Amino acid sequence: MVSLAEDVAIVAFEQTPSHAHFNDSEPAMIMPCVNSVIEQVGMDRHEIDFTIAGSCDYLSGMPFAFVMNIDAVGAWPPVYESHVEMDGAWALFEGFVRLQSGDIDTVLVSGSGKCSPGSYREGFSLQTDPYVHAPIGLDPRTQAGFQAQALIAAGKATERDFAEVVARSHANAKNNPYAQLSGDLSVEELLAEPYVQQPLRRLDCPPTSDGAAAMIIARADKARELCDNPVWIRAIDHRIDSHHPTLRDLTDSPSVRIAADRVGLHDGPVDIAELTVTYSPEEIILRDALGLNGETTVNPSGGPLTGSPFMAVGLTRVIELARAIRNGNGGRGVAHASSGPALQQNLLCVLEGDS
Amino acid sequence: MAPRPCAVLGIGQTKYKRRRDDVTLDGLVREATLRALEDAGATFDDIDAIVIGKAPDALEGVMMPLLSLADALGAIGKPIHRVHTAGSVGASTAISAVNLVESGMYDTVLTIAYEKQSEGNATWALSGGKSGGQGAGGTFAPWIRNYIARSQAPEHIGWMVAVKDRLNALKNEYAHLHLPDISVEKVRESPMLWDPLHFLESCPSSDGAAAMVLGNDDIAKKSGRPPAWVISHAKRTEFGQFPGRDTVRPQAGVECSEALYRKAGITNPREQIDCAELYVPFSWYEPMWLEGHLIAEEGEGWKMTDAGDTELGGSFPVNMSGGVLSSNPIGASGMIRCLEAANQVRGTAGEYQVPGAKISIGHAYGGAAQYYAMWMVSSELNPEL
Repeated sequence: MVSLAEDVAIVAFEQTPSHAHFNDSEPAMIMPCVNSVIEQVGMDRHEIDFTIAGSCDYLSGMPFAFVMNIDAVGAWPPVYESHVEMDGAWALFEGFVRLQSGDIDTVLVSGSGKCSPGSYREGFSLQTDPYVHAPIGLDPRTQAGFQAQALIAAGKATERDFAEVVARSHANAKNNPYAQLSGDLSVEELLAEPYVQQPLRRLDCPPTSDGAAAMIIARADKARELCDNPVWIRAIDHRIDSHHPTLRDLTDSPSVRIAADRVGLHDGPVDIAELTVTYSPEEIILRDALGLNGETTVNPSGGPLTGSPFMAVGLTRVIELARAIRNGNGGRGVAHASSGPALQQNLLCVLEGDS
Repeated sequence: MAPRPCAVLGIGQTKYKRRRDDVTLDGLVREATLRALEDAGATFDDIDAIVIGKAPDALEGVMMPLLSLADALGAIGKPIHRVHTAGSVGASTAISAVNLVESGMYDTVLTIAYEKQSEGNATWALSGGKSGGQGAGGTFAPWIRNYIARSQAPEHIGWMVAVKDRLNALKNEYAHLHLPDISVEKVRESPMLWDPLHFLESCPSSDGAAAMVLGNDDIAKKSGRPPAWVISHAKRTEFGQFPGRDTVRPQAGVECSEALYRKAGITNPREQIDCAELYVPFSWYEPMWLEGHLIAEEGEGWKMTDAGDTELGGSFPVNMSGGVLSSNPIGASGMIRCLEAANQVRGTAGEYQVPGAKISIGHAYGGAAQYYAMWMVSSELNPEL
């Protein structure tokens, strides 16, 4: 495990509900989250030392779309600020790293994305290799189908296992006011649904979602000053696997295994895991690569299968975990974010309560 | 804890060209990366993390390209993340990589930025993806006219910058434009694009990539390569439009340089800094940034250009490598400014070396002149000012 120069805690967090369609601009979605976290800590926004956001131009369908998002953060007088073209979880990574230098105290992190205006499958096929994959439309759902089929072929999972992930996720989401989908579904009725991408059925795939999330993180002394119940970020690490599905064992996630080792995942109890399970078979791969057993509650929020605002969804996993820890549902847990087709890139963040 | 010292230990650039049809995107970033590793005496095994930057994905039509470039960058099994802060991104990316080293979490970091403008339509993308947009020159020209009106600068200043940077580029093998017969007359007679900017006062559209290997003090000692210590860095952002905004001398630019100088203990930038690589995509931005970044007093920047102070051999050389006016792979242009500043203090700038350069700055700006990223490098970790 990497030794850290500074202890860092989450002192405030906010998320929007996962909207099927948010009928306003992206900044309008982010702004209430930013206003809320600033209000929670009782700071003036100009007292925030550094701001970093995660979003994706392609979701908005225009180059430089992220520039509009600074309207939601406030940039007058000028601010010390940056942006990653990634999920907000990677903005959190950079904010966390920035605090390790010890010369600033607070970072405002956000993530936002609107999937509803565009075609997710067409848009995200541009995420694949532009010479070989993109021209044949090898979009993420197709690759998720490969991954599911590989799991079945290897004898590691069945379609029933996928349906069980879906049923549990939707049931868990009944307690989550931010979830887009929830309800009681039987495995039998799920298995009776037609395929959309064999062996995947409609609810093995995420809904189309719009949403935003924000948090403030702070160095230890400042964190205690700003809030009574900080949630500590004990470690954060992210790793990437090969882009080429044929160069990987699609039933495993070496990048998750490396990250789990780097964050010292099993150096303490793992009460809760909030995982970016965008397609139901991914939960089986992630549980295995993370070495989770029956003692860990996976996706008590319902996870991305019940609301998946890309670019906010990973940061939202961290928020859901922080909320669960604050509510006393666990003392220590792991949040996971993912980027790219077939779980190519993965981030892990270990949180612990204040006791 | 104090930030861990960070140095540039290796630099790699591709040849900048209108079209690099000879390589894929993977080949382009690989070329710069391998050169940076070789210069640092390092291999992929030495790299703990990678930070990549470029301007909008729409320039090449590849969404989140770090995913498809991960294999070519030797990133498999490692952390890689992508920065995007408009035109300032190349410098922002370098600064993010410095943050990784300064955090103490990563010893050796590879940072890379690129653009393959020939794959798409830059003016379309720079107009926010709208057809018939004004592009960058159309945005900046009115502000340049405002500068000229405020400073009473004579019109030949822009032409002089256009000539000086292209003459400097003749000494740089990587530069896109090599125009040996450039002259003030040719600039003046070239077509008017956006009044007062003539064709030859504008940057080209380039393909290319730039990379650096950064390491902490232990790695720097072990490498035996000349270090460029990153003694200060700063970023600032402001809104692109609001009533009363000073678009000629944006406050974010002023505050960015103030923060940069404060951290390094610089009280007189003109005297204490030896040379600068400033982001000058249109000729007039040289005097505008000399003033906007507090190197010259307000209204005095153009006089430095006019007196030849900013030439190689002048008292404050600017864009010794030929600058953005000679090579502009947009997303990489800010990183090129940073690495050329490092080349100067490492003594590795070849024919465009400023003799004895000890302190230099690299700078980039972006959006509606609203994003700023700057770094200061020195041959010494604690230079005497």
